[in-house]
Amino acid sequence: MASSVYLCLLRAVFLVCFVNPLIQGLSEDESVFQNPHHQQEENLTGLPIVTFKWHHVETPYLVIIWVFVAGLAKLSVVELNHHVISVVPESGLLIILGFILGGIVWGADRAQTFKLLPPTFFYYLLPQIILDASYFMPNKLFFSNLGAILIYAIFGTCWNAATVGLSLWGCYEAGVMGNLDIGLLQFLLFGSLIAAVDPVAVIAVFEEVHVNEVLFILVFGESLLNDGVTVVLYNVFDAFVALGGPRIDAAEIFKGIFSFVVVAFGGSFLGIGFAILLSLLTRCTKHIQIIEAGFVFVVGYLAYLTAEMLSLSAILSITFCGICCQKYVNANMDEKSVTTVRHAMKLLANGSETMIFLFLGVTAIDTEIWVWNTGFILLTLLFVFIYRIIGTFLFTWMLNKFRLVPIEVIDQVVMSYGGLRGAVAYGLAALLDEDKIPEKNLMISTTLIVVYFTVILQGITMKPLVQWLKVKRAAHSDLKLIEKLNNRAFDHILAAVEDICGRIGDNWWTRGWNRFEENYISWLLMKPKARKNRDYLFSIFHKLNLEDAINYVSEGERQGSLAFSRSDEAANVDFKKQFGSEFADVMPNIMVDMSNYELGIEHFSVTSIVKDTIPSVSLDIHGQDRKNAMDDINAHHLLQQHLYRSRKHHRHKYSRSHFSINQNEDEVQEIFQRTMRSRLESFKSTKMGVNPAKKITKHHKKELTHKMPNGHPDGTGHLYGDEVDIAVGSETGAINSTFMRDTYTVGAGIENPVFLPDMDSPTHSPPWLMETEAVAPSQRAQRRLPWTPNRLRRLAPMRISTCSTDSFLMADVSLTLEEHEEHSQTDHVEMRPVFD
Amino acid sequence: MGSTNSTLLKIPNVEVLMQETGFSPAHIIRLHDRFKALDKEGRGHLCPHDFGAIKELAMNPIGDRIIGAFFSPGKETVDFHTFVKILAHFRPVDKDRPKEPNSPEPINSRSNKLKFAFQLYDQDKDGKISRDELLQVLRAMLGMQVTDEQLESIADRTIQEADLDRDDTISFEEFRKSLEKINIDHKMSIRFLR
Repeated sequence: MASSVYLCLLRAVFLVCFVNPLIQGLSEDESVFQNPHHQQEENLTGLPIVTFKWHHVETPYLVIIWVFVAGLAKLSVVELNHHVISVVPESGLLIILGFILGGIVWGADRAQTFKLLPPTFFYYLLPQIILDASYFMPNKLFFSNLGAILIYAIFGTCWNAATVGLSLWGCYEAGVMGNLDIGLLQFLLFGSLIAAVDPVAVIAVFEEVHVNEVLFILVFGESLLNDGVTVVLYNVFDAFVALGGPRIDAAEIFKGIFSFVVVAFGGSFLGIGFAILLSLLTRCTKHIQIIEAGFVFVVGYLAYLTAEMLSLSAILSITFCGICCQKYVNANMDEKSVTTVRHAMKLLANGSETMIFLFLGVTAIDTEIWVWNTGFILLTLLFVFIYRIIGTFLFTWMLNKFRLVPIEVIDQVVMSYGGLRGAVAYGLAALLDEDKIPEKNLMISTTLIVVYFTVILQGITMKPLVQWLKVKRAAHSDLKLIEKLNNRAFDHILAAVEDICGRIGDNWWTRGWNRFEENYISWLLMKPKARKNRDYLFSIFHKLNLEDAINYVSEGERQGSLAFSRSDEAANVDFKKQFGSEFADVMPNIMVDMSNYELGIEHFSVTSIVKDTIPSVSLDIHGQDRKNAMDDINAHHLLQQHLYRSRKHHRHKYSRSHFSINQNEDEVQEIFQRTMRSRLESFKSTKMGVNPAKKITKHHKKELTHKMPNGHPDGTGHLYGDEVDIAVGSETGAINSTFMRDTYTVGAGIENPVFLPDMDSPTHSPPWLMETEAVAPSQRAQRRLPWTPNRLRRLAPMRISTCSTDSFLMADVSLTLEEHEEHSQTDHVEMRPVFD
Repeated sequence: MGSTNSTLLKIPNVEVLMQETGFSPAHIIRLHDRFKALDKEGRGHLCPHDFGAIKELAMNPIGDRIIGAFFSPGKETVDFHTFVKILAHFRPVDKDRPKEPNSPEPINSRSNKLKFAFQLYDQDKDGKISRDELLQVLRAMLGMQVTDEQLESIADRTIQEADLDRDDTISFEEFRKSLEKINIDHKMSIRFLR
């Protein structure tokens, strides 16, 4: 699977980046190690049974151990005291935990053998985070605020870089920092790397404080895009530094600006190109659904690496790839693949995020990098903080002249306070070339301090600040059809009014784009089928219906029982109809059964029922007895084995490319057929009036659950065994299955070959069988004798009203509680296979 | 400036109009120009077919309803004052403008904006959106991709969501409540009318 390839890559990265220094450090030891190893081999006198090969697995082992540790760290952080969690953001806690882990490593090795190296970060940790952020970007919100986001991301970042760099340089010239070997260009370079707000840190903190969506998208969008900008800026200044001050003239500066534009926009367009490729790919993955989810990751990563190779902005590339493809990819792929992508993406992004913060902490515990210069560090902190505020207010002021809904002052405060720096800044600082920038370590330590300061301190204070300022929070709103409907109506109204006013406004552009998108882009990138049924309102409706269905089922389960009908095609519509129509429909099987019984048709054809308008399969789901999970599982195995093994065309239980096995129509029919037949049989025997003692049930059940999973009936008993199990499995309650089964177990009724061979395999007859022969029919059994179809019909509605089997019991007043429990247990067990 | 004043002078009661709608002289002039452009025969009022001549509007699924909103019941024409007053619904709410005490509710208030949207549904003007009325709008907006049955289910569900008194219709009060969480100022405002 492609995503696993990706994971492997991730592992490989770790291997190379984290462990390389270690390997190098150990290379001397290694030779020492390997010598005895060779000697051992030479001296080998016999075949060694096991050998210890640490060096074979060393690198992947260390990598995976760190991944494991990071996972544990996340676990411990999340499971920590909730009080702490509510105060300190997770990212901050992870950094602190990283300090501790780093301390342990340092204590053991006397040096920091593990640190976050830039290649690891940029090639293996960052891409999936950016991809995740962009793939799940709320597109409409993002594009409707794109202007503001771009202003903040481009001009805001340049502003930050320039002012921080220049101010630091000014202070340096004034002599505040003492004697440092830094020139103006180096200061600007430093300014550019510290300028960008970090998406990882921002998401981590802002996700916990639920600010309103416009504010969130502004901060988030800015942080995502300005990462790209800052990397570009950094590269330009890096080139300038390499060029050296005297050789920079107007032409070089112009080239720098031009390169900035080319790199940024080139990266974005490259990303869009890959998005198109990805969308086209997913158009034709119908037959390899199992790996189509992987394409999203692979192509996304490819977009990143290609941009990196062409020295375009890799971050912008993967960002736009994610943003542009999401709509088409989600429409083209199978629903399951969409879910897979969603979960895998979150898994990767969360994992990387954890690793990043953890290693930001671990890295700090290293005496080598720490250079202290009070003036430089404190002034950087101050300038970063102040210019962020000034920049935000400045650009917002300009934006508000044009915005329909101005950004409020409170939001501006939160925006400026949310200027968290993160791992990107650190990564860039660590990338600095020590030959060109002698004060590299000072810059690294300053960057780390800025990161710690913003992530931990500002992260902690963010929540109280948001509460104190009474920032408009995200309204927790349920999905409502009427809102969506009116949103659509408002769009049309606005467009119409713009037409009437004769002005080309925002809505004109939006509508123009939508039309173009619908006519050409969707046509190109979307499957025809997906295009057909993708009306937004309708999909909302569909989603709501699904929600209702789930609620309905869980509510039903909570209340005890539920009858739920399903047909093979168009399950939703059917469900909707069922839901709305009379309750009688919910219990089709009873009705069908009874009508057949009443008419005296004993050999009715199954197809007539299947083709009936009434859904063909009826399930009973009992949610009450969840405790008996073990029993369930056993019974489930048992039933599964018996249900399907007799099929001539045996299919494998394991498949690399399909999840759903044994789900085809034949089997559904078979279940049905067998159910019907066995029901008939049991009904006949009921009429005969012979019933075993109730307590047999218990033995019986135990026997079933213990013996059957492995006790596979042998060839002869096979077919019949299936009969019973199926009868058990899809019995929907017209006739109590426990009751029915008992009848046959005892063998006291008619000689029925259908059931006997299964229950006691021919080789040994269980002891309880002997015992039961003597037992007289219980009260319960006797009471049930007079059941007739008429009575059944009378009972059926009761079943619906409360819970399926129990209503029979209600009719059967004299039943004891014990019986009741057992009854529902068995029933519960029985229902499993159909459910699965 | 001279031309501005001369255009303004041509419009009767322009002061009152500006006060009622909150439009600036520049807006009034622009709208007046547009009005004249739409009024091809120079009658001083607009008829439905004048609106119908706007190409884009004809393609709007609920275009005729919006045109209908300009004409009060029974009337076949709309003069400039009414025209501007209708458009004033879409002026963004300005927080800076000092609120005059005891002034009537401005045309662009939240509830007036909502009323405008509401009357687009409520074609028989009985103050309630019935299922049929909703269904018509839905059919216009959702187009061919959705079957009638699905449309009906959607309409039912929509009414069910908003209908508080269980009379199977949506009154204005219910309409307003159901849209409480939507930023109407944002959704029902046009930037260049600010």
